[in-house]
Amino acid sequence: MGKVVLVTGAARQLGGRFVRRIQRDPQVDRVVAVDAVTPEHHLGGADFIQADIGQPTIARVLAESGADTVVHMDVTGMALGSGSRTTVKETNVIGTMQLLGACQKSPTVQRLVVKSSTNVYGSAPRDPAVFTETTPPKSLPSGGFAKDAVEVEGYVRGFARRRPDVAVCVLRFANILGPAADTPLASYFSLPVLPTVFGYDPRLQFVHEDDVIEVLRIASHEPARGTLNSGTFNIAGDGVLLLSQCSRRLGRPTVPLLLPAVTWAGSLVRTLGMSDFSPEQIRLLTHGRVVSTVQMRETLGFRPEHTTAETFAEFARSRGAGLLPPEALAGAVDRIAALPALGGGHLPTQSAN
Amino acid sequence: MADAKVIPFDDDRSRGSAAQRPSRRRGTGSRRTTGESAQVGEVQPLPGRPRAQDDVPVTHEEEQRPAVPRDDDGGGLERRVASGLSFLRRRLTGDYEVDDFGYDEELTDQVLMSLLRPLYEKYFRVEVKGVENIPSEGGALIVANHSGTLPLDGLMMQVAVHDHHPADRHLRLLAADLVFMLPVVNELARKLGHTLACAEDADRLLGQGELVGVMPEGFKGIGKPFGERYKLQRFGRGGFVSTALRRRTPIIPCSIVGAEEIYPMIGNARTLARVLGIPYFPLTPTFPWLGPLGAVPLPTKWTIQFGDPIHTDGYPPEAAEDPMLMFNLTDQVREQIQHTLYKLLVQRRSVFF
Repeated sequence: MGKVVLVTGAARQLGGRFVRRIQRDPQVDRVVAVDAVTPEHHLGGADFIQADIGQPTIARVLAESGADTVVHMDVTGMALGSGSRTTVKETNVIGTMQLLGACQKSPTVQRLVVKSSTNVYGSAPRDPAVFTETTPPKSLPSGGFAKDAVEVEGYVRGFARRRPDVAVCVLRFANILGPAADTPLASYFSLPVLPTVFGYDPRLQFVHEDDVIEVLRIASHEPARGTLNSGTFNIAGDGVLLLSQCSRRLGRPTVPLLLPAVTWAGSLVRTLGMSDFSPEQIRLLTHGRVVSTVQMRETLGFRPEHTTAETFAEFARSRGAGLLPPEALAGAVDRIAALPALGGGHLPTQSAN
Repeated sequence: MADAKVIPFDDDRSRGSAAQRPSRRRGTGSRRTTGESAQVGEVQPLPGRPRAQDDVPVTHEEEQRPAVPRDDDGGGLERRVASGLSFLRRRLTGDYEVDDFGYDEELTDQVLMSLLRPLYEKYFRVEVKGVENIPSEGGALIVANHSGTLPLDGLMMQVAVHDHHPADRHLRLLAADLVFMLPVVNELARKLGHTLACAEDADRLLGQGELVGVMPEGFKGIGKPFGERYKLQRFGRGGFVSTALRRRTPIIPCSIVGAEEIYPMIGNARTLARVLGIPYFPLTPTFPWLGPLGAVPLPTKWTIQFGDPIHTDGYPPEAAEDPMLMFNLTDQVREQIQHTLYKLLVQRRSVFF
């Protein structure tokens, strides 16, 4: 008998892709996709059940589907469509509680996979440069998605204690980027001019959507030989990019603003409801965050296909050229280099740059 | 010479660890090929001799070596322009790499070191001794005294290692959290390869086989009043020793003479410091009375001496958990630095020459 997989958050791009992908696995019999809204994309042959995981109905859905694997992907930073921050928080926290409650009652559930985020580490100048799964955060996130993620992980830990027979895997993803990503960071990078915090150049890590799908798949199945897929794992592509590098590779100029100005502008934008540019987002873009992926490689046995730089390059291609395309700048420098009378006179100009 | 407080040789003996001292002295003696005459010479101020010091063949050669390629002419200039343009091209398009800590090796080598070098060579005229005590490969922990109100001594130590070590090693300094809170400063510090002084980061860097520099006195050392110059403060809690023990890397004591006098701190405006949120607010004979002009450091003559390494690979792995051993090793490192400081002070002819 094959597996029955229940996926929450299927109406989102990433959830939809995962639903379509996991159906192709031979050991999977049936996929039940759950979300509060009907997805715009097709879900392959999966059964879609419209249910709000924040409501007790999820228990009935879970019981009726007889799922043995639950993949909880409905922990997100941005509302789908025109939802407000309150509804997102409701889904993240109350939804997780309801879902975990349902799982606890269910005799069939054997495996739980939760999509979390490296946001749980916060971002502070007093943090070590690289976070491992066991690093305690120096300053807990005060609100927004990061706080949701911390709370979700707390409930998941409680569930793992109460149901030791269920394999629980928490995947802390770094910033997910990809051609279709709908994360706050992706919309930030889509701005024509990037506001940055003056005097800070944060280190960022990205993980490609394809790798996200792949690692979720690994976590949903039986572990391969010599690996263990229950526990908490950081998931990120290799390498680090600085925000300044990102802006240059994107070809989008930056506007350095003083930190108080950025905080004020962020809260103004939030109040006007233009975007959910949360304080955590600003903290991330101030101090940056890098996680260690040793556990991901050695314990989970997952090697991401895309490095941070490759993920970003693909994202940059999908967004089109900015105001200062890197190719144009490189061409300009090449033209200077090609000048025939390149002698001592050019040295000052070059150093002035 | 009046300020060189050389008396406390005996004071040193009273602090125990008498077994360590002779062995170290034997070590320095054997390194010195001139034998007994040098032994005598080392504690004499050598008034008649100009800059050619007695026991520094290494530094003297090293001082001339990098000067040769820098004064290239003709074809060298064209090559330099070309390499400068390709550097500019890489920078503008973001096509360079940083490591997990944000260390930008290219920027450090090409730009930041060139900015620090005039200060190092022309202003403080740093003389480096014992650079051969730094291993050519593998992790090592350099422990140095800290002084001078502003942490210029760390930067000069970094230039010293960068410019003089035959294996082109890069020093990765551990810095206080204040560094990573200040705008601009944190950005530059990360790009120079510095990271937060915490056990996690030190352990990670040593594990990667990096050369790590630490100044365990911290703010106690750098912000001590002028009257206490060259008196080592408490060495933190000895965390650096247990990190080195865990990674089994040698500890290289380093003594820096000259940094104490760059900003003679005669007072500390505590209230102002508290208001500004900094550990001390220095009052020197010139600062803040002369405004920004008062912040120009005094052009003292520096000596940086890397001492004999203290090997930790002979200890069992559980030694890192032994507080007694940790304290002993901390004291050993501290006394070796203090001792070398006194010795260098005796040799010094004047603060400025």
